[in-house]
Amino acid sequence: MVTNQAVVATKPRERLKVFTRALEANEKQDAQQTMPPKMQVKDLNFYYAAFRALADINLDFPQNRITAIIGPSGCGKSTLLRTLNRMGDLVPKTRVEGAVLLDSKNIYAPDEDVVDVRRRVGMVFQRPNPFPKSIYDNITFGPKLLGINHRRELDEIVERSLKRAALWDEVKDKLHESALALSGGQQQRLCIARAIAVEPEVVLMDEPASALDPIATFKIEELMRQLRDEFTIVIVTHNMQQAARVSDFTVFMNMNEQRAGHVVEFSPTQDIFTTPKQKEAEDYITGRFG
Amino acid sequence: MPRNTFEIQLATLKKQMLDLGLEVGRTINDGVDALKTRDRVMAEAIIQHDDDINRTRYEIEERCYTLMATQQPLASDLREIMSILLITIELERIADHAKNLAEIVIFMGNEPLLKPLIDIPRMAEVAQDMLSRALDAFAKTNVEEAESAANTDDVIDELYKQVFRELMTFIIEDPRTVTRALNLLFAAHNLERIGDCITNIAERVVYAATGKLEELNVQRPLG
Repeated sequence: MVTNQAVVATKPRERLKVFTRALEANEKQDAQQTMPPKMQVKDLNFYYAAFRALADINLDFPQNRITAIIGPSGCGKSTLLRTLNRMGDLVPKTRVEGAVLLDSKNIYAPDEDVVDVRRRVGMVFQRPNPFPKSIYDNITFGPKLLGINHRRELDEIVERSLKRAALWDEVKDKLHESALALSGGQQQRLCIARAIAVEPEVVLMDEPASALDPIATFKIEELMRQLRDEFTIVIVTHNMQQAARVSDFTVFMNMNEQRAGHVVEFSPTQDIFTTPKQKEAEDYITGRFG
Repeated sequence: MPRNTFEIQLATLKKQMLDLGLEVGRTINDGVDALKTRDRVMAEAIIQHDDDINRTRYEIEERCYTLMATQQPLASDLREIMSILLITIELERIADHAKNLAEIVIFMGNEPLLKPLIDIPRMAEVAQDMLSRALDAFAKTNVEEAESAANTDDVIDELYKQVFRELMTFIIEDPRTVTRALNLLFAAHNLERIGDCITNIAERVVYAATGKLEELNVQRPLG
């Protein structure tokens, strides 16, 4: 027999209340859920010749989360980002001390294959930089280097990558046209599609929307939120509102007296933009810096 | 300072809110004075003045929205602007309660007071002091002062209970006094609500200063 109370609980208003409460709990849990670190930076120092650009960096980048790095120009944000997939190796006279772990394994270990590191940790740059080739060839460039040559397999990769980058519907009828004919926003999404075509685990983004208009920027940000389920994302941005909108965690970096970049605060994004712990972070975020 | 214009806009906003607070404090005083002296001209003036207070409240509210939309304030700036907005809404509500006192004066007409007013003016006095301390705490970003102001609400609540009990004895002894007793009870009730509004203001002061959202001086049921 149904009790009086159970009848009350099944009223639409009650059900709605229970549902709303469950949704709220879920959302909160999702934001705060602690994920294991996908990448860890341990006592990292980076030198351009004698100049120490990064000083004693220690950071964890949680898996399937977006971490934004903010800070004034010259504080080493991009340098730090580039150490995460050994892009710094390409610059002469640079030197790295400390370790960067990807799934607990040091990517700077002597036996580590740098090409494999860069496949697992992809990168998207500030200005869209598609190759002067067709849309199709841009996407298949990486997979081909990795030895994938079957036409059908490549077709699948192109479709899947463009769909994940929210570009498929816009370009599916002109895959063999030049990528340079696309708009800036589309070119940047193509670069994201190209980066994820080789199935990386981490995607690094260096100011990915700074050259785009607001609509194209929102599209990139929305895309980042979607990609977060599959990848770990680290983004460098000068746009604090962008960091606030897209990221789960925020790192604030600054320069010390020797102009070496260091981490001032690492906090959940909602905390750093409402109640930063460090005065230096507060001063920067509120625009009272220096 | 890299954000001079914003600093000036924020300081102006803050001052406008604090000025409104002073004015609302005076309105509490005027409301009780009108009740004590049964001054209907003063009561009418208070009711009319409430329109000005409402207008100022909307002005402040609009400035808050404009600053948020155009300056994208963050961290302590964001907390301060949000607090100014919410404190302004509380101030306007306090002014409404003070206006209710004036409306009681009009409603009572020439009917004599049931008893001389002792606790009700005392409630108003404590409320005014509490309000000025809460606003001072905001101006100085002083958490302790805000907490102390919130705790003073206990004094108002005690006085309210006292008024309630006293008026009940009048009603029980002579049920014909019920209308006159309820008029005074309504006046005391409005002052009691003012105390709660000021407690909310103190909570906003703590939020602006620390980022903590918490209830101050958690209320026990009255009675």
